[in-house]
Amino acid sequence: MKAPALGLTLPVIRLGGRPVLGACELRFGAGEVTALLGPSGVGKSTLLRLLAGLIPPPEGTRIAPADGRPLSGRIAWMGQQDLLMPWLDLRGNVALGARLRGERSDLRKAEELIAAVGLAGREKARPAELSGGMRQRAALARTLMEDRPFVLMDEPFSAVDAPTRHRLQGLASTLLAGRTVLLVTHDPLEALRMAHRILVLRPGATGAVADELPMPSSPPLRAATDPAVLAAQAALLDRLSEAA
Amino acid sequence: MRALIAAMGILLGWEAFVRLSEVPPFLLPSPLRVWNVLATRWDILIGHAGTTLTEILLGMLFGSLLGMSTALLLTAWRGGRRWLLPLLIASQAIPVFAIAPLLTLWMGFGLTSKIAMATIIIFFPVATAFYDGLRRTEPGWLDLATTMGASRTAILWRVRVPAALPGLASGLRVAAAVAPIGAVVGEWVGASAGLGYVMLQANGRSQTDMMFAALAILASMAMALWFLTDLLLRRMLPWQPDALSKED
Repeated sequence: MKAPALGLTLPVIRLGGRPVLGACELRFGAGEVTALLGPSGVGKSTLLRLLAGLIPPPEGTRIAPADGRPLSGRIAWMGQQDLLMPWLDLRGNVALGARLRGERSDLRKAEELIAAVGLAGREKARPAELSGGMRQRAALARTLMEDRPFVLMDEPFSAVDAPTRHRLQGLASTLLAGRTVLLVTHDPLEALRMAHRILVLRPGATGAVADELPMPSSPPLRAATDPAVLAAQAALLDRLSEAA
Repeated sequence: MRALIAAMGILLGWEAFVRLSEVPPFLLPSPLRVWNVLATRWDILIGHAGTTLTEILLGMLFGSLLGMSTALLLTAWRGGRRWLLPLLIASQAIPVFAIAPLLTLWMGFGLTSKIAMATIIIFFPVATAFYDGLRRTEPGWLDLATTMGASRTAILWRVRVPAALPGLASGLRVAAAVAPIGAVVGEWVGASAGLGYVMLQANGRSQTDMMFAALAILASMAMALWFLTDLLLRRMLPWQPDALSKED
């Protein structure tokens, strides 16, 4: 799969009178992972929710996939929490989208994806029987099951422990290849390992402004031990401290 | 087991108190006396108990159905909230004791007026508990469902309703506990059968032991109903987190 690029033109966005995002023009590369970093409250989640159709776009917003077709109905969403439904088993959770749309769910595909995230044999398990890492892997499988060209991820791995997060980043990077992904994260290393491009949002006079950062020349998924990654991580941390 | 020991303890203390203080039996009969009545008048009591149980169960059925549909209506229909919610609360501000005579007047001395009483009493806890559950769906689930392209109806039936089932279960437990009150109050106001009727008759003739016998049956029925409801609800919602059940 090679997903189209996505352009976004935003006016100043106000939530409750306070500007949360400044007027800006962002472009998310075709089939690339774009990481979005910045201090808490700068508007990262607002941006993501806007693209997801969870908040109505303000006047002057232009959401433009490069193929000219509308974005709605072509996104998959993955949040901070796994959001698994406790009354459904793992397979039911992974196949949730079709169930909600009243479509026939492709159970074989669900099982393949469950196996791909390393949960084969647990199809009948209820979320309560799974560990935090397993639940997040299930959420990843559910996101992939939607099979959308655009994937929006809001701090998807922030709730799990460091080694699990490391493994999940690798897994997600492989399985999401070819899709246009917007990854909101607080973790500089996560951005540097997974992303093709990094945007840092910093508060400006009329809302947040996005800066693009230089990236290591190697393609993702990058090793955490790569000296270029480590140097970039230090620079990124400095940048984020200034932005806060 | 512990509950049984506690009950035995209370009964023994009661028996001892009656024997030592020599209270006349029309004021407070001893447990043995009550037991005697239970044993000798069983044939009469069981018929009346059956009547009351029928009223309770039918009241549970209608009250729960009415409560659940009201909660669903309040959730699905925005205008309904403005019209129905005040009505719902007003319906509880009027004491059931006050409308019991009216119900008897309208529906007669038979089962119908008692079932209506029980229904009115049960309807409210079920409606409010379920409605509360329907309102408090985890916002993340709603967001997720929206991004998946689910319709409002699909979100209601496939997300909100299952998520509200533990809330509904609490309402049904309360309903099981208060259902006997509705039936008995209805019988007090006017009836020709049922445990409430037995109690009223016995009270008028100073047959306090008979009253206690009827009360004992009523209490056992209420407890059995509650535990059965609780067991059934646990079976039906195995995914519901229950931190206390692991301690038992």
